[in-house]
Amino acid sequence: MDFQKFVIILMSSVLVNNYVLRQFLGICPFLGVSKKLNQATGMGISVTLVMLMATAATWPIYTYVLVRFELEYMRTIVFILIIAALVQFTEIVLKKFIPALHKSLGVYLPLITTNCAVLGVTINNINDGYNFVESMVSSLGCGLGFLLAMVLFCGIRSYIDDKVIPESLRGLPVTLIAASFVSLAFFGFNGIVG
Amino acid sequence: MIIDIVTALLVVAVIGLAASILLVLASHFFGVKEDETYTKVRACLPGANCGACGYAGCDGYAKAIVEGKAKANLCIPGAMDVVEQISEVLGIEVEEPDVKEPSVAVVHCNGTCEAAPRKAEYSGVSNCRAVALLYGGPNACNFGCLGCGDCAEVCIADAICIQDGIAHVDSRACIGCGMCAKICPKNVITLKPRDSKTVVLCNNKEKGAVARKNCTNACIGCKKCELNCPEKAITVMNNLAIIDYDKCVGCDICVNNCPTHCIKNVDYITGYVKYEEQNA
Repeated sequence: MDFQKFVIILMSSVLVNNYVLRQFLGICPFLGVSKKLNQATGMGISVTLVMLMATAATWPIYTYVLVRFELEYMRTIVFILIIAALVQFTEIVLKKFIPALHKSLGVYLPLITTNCAVLGVTINNINDGYNFVESMVSSLGCGLGFLLAMVLFCGIRSYIDDKVIPESLRGLPVTLIAASFVSLAFFGFNGIVG
Repeated sequence: MIIDIVTALLVVAVIGLAASILLVLASHFFGVKEDETYTKVRACLPGANCGACGYAGCDGYAKAIVEGKAKANLCIPGAMDVVEQISEVLGIEVEEPDVKEPSVAVVHCNGTCEAAPRKAEYSGVSNCRAVALLYGGPNACNFGCLGCGDCAEVCIADAICIQDGIAHVDSRACIGCGMCAKICPKNVITLKPRDSKTVVLCNNKEKGAVARKNCTNACIGCKKCELNCPEKAITVMNNLAIIDYDKCVGCDICVNNCPTHCIKNVDYITGYVKYEEQNA
């Protein structure tokens, strides 16, 4: 029963409620870092990791500290604080113990600090009333959904690059139009799960 | 009411404090101390990350210097100044770099669409290196700029633009790293000292009549500039005028005498700078 629930949460956050393509969160890295496949994958994996860590830190603090002092309305500010500190902490630790990983993720970690998708995941987990394990599964799903969107869109961008495009649409405009089509495609998942 | 505000303040302050203590502890216990020499050497480098030294950006080059894998004289945009600074930090003797003074890239071609006829119509991959493989490109002149913008692509300073079928370097933005000169399949781009006054905008080494037929702006090797130069700074080699910048004083005699106007004052290239100043 529990397992089934987890699968539903996972699938719904990867496909149906995809953060980038359905909820329009994290658009900045989606457009900024999706030019090359290895960068897009790196960014996607970093975001997934940070989302998991952020949820692991914010859920207990919300449940055991903020609720207790009746400070639920402060969650946005407190979560931003925690996520920023956490990302910095991760950077320091990674640099010490896994320099190779730090080097490949290094550029993206500070970018993620203020990424709205990460904040969105932590706040949505609270709003949806998930327990701790469900929250973790949901963040994993959102992270994977972000990764999926990045990789898919990276392929589409490299395809666009080879095409002759009217001058007025070159660059960002055509990228945004393509993004809207991908987003429309994801609306096809509506109602499948969750 | 007041109590609510105070609790909110306190809770957020405590969480913030806890986070900062965590970070301080983390940087104390896990912090990786960066090599002091590395930081100093890195500070000497220009930080443009052009890659002209052959390493991955200034960070990579600084690391290679500190580890003793690279010589201290490879930074091209930095030229002599940077070499001296790094040598001082490392306490080693100053080794003269290949490029001693800050330089700037020049495209030695003025074969605009108007001046240079095409011998063929090319409709393949728009990339100078690919174009050059096919009979040396569609231009009648086999020495000039192909105008596909490989140089603009590698330029990290965004100093190069393609206009009228040839590349133009904005010398104000150029950092003189020489990446464009390396990638140009026609070797049309060279580095010259930043303070030089006169440039030859042609790379055609054919005899005068042929060169003229292939491009109305070409150097025809008439030696008028060589004969008239009071400083003997110009020599014509392989039907092409070459300026010795150690001797050139920028008197503009060659510029005014050149029958095909292929020798230009650098103000011609950065002409719009003057225009901007006049209209400021």
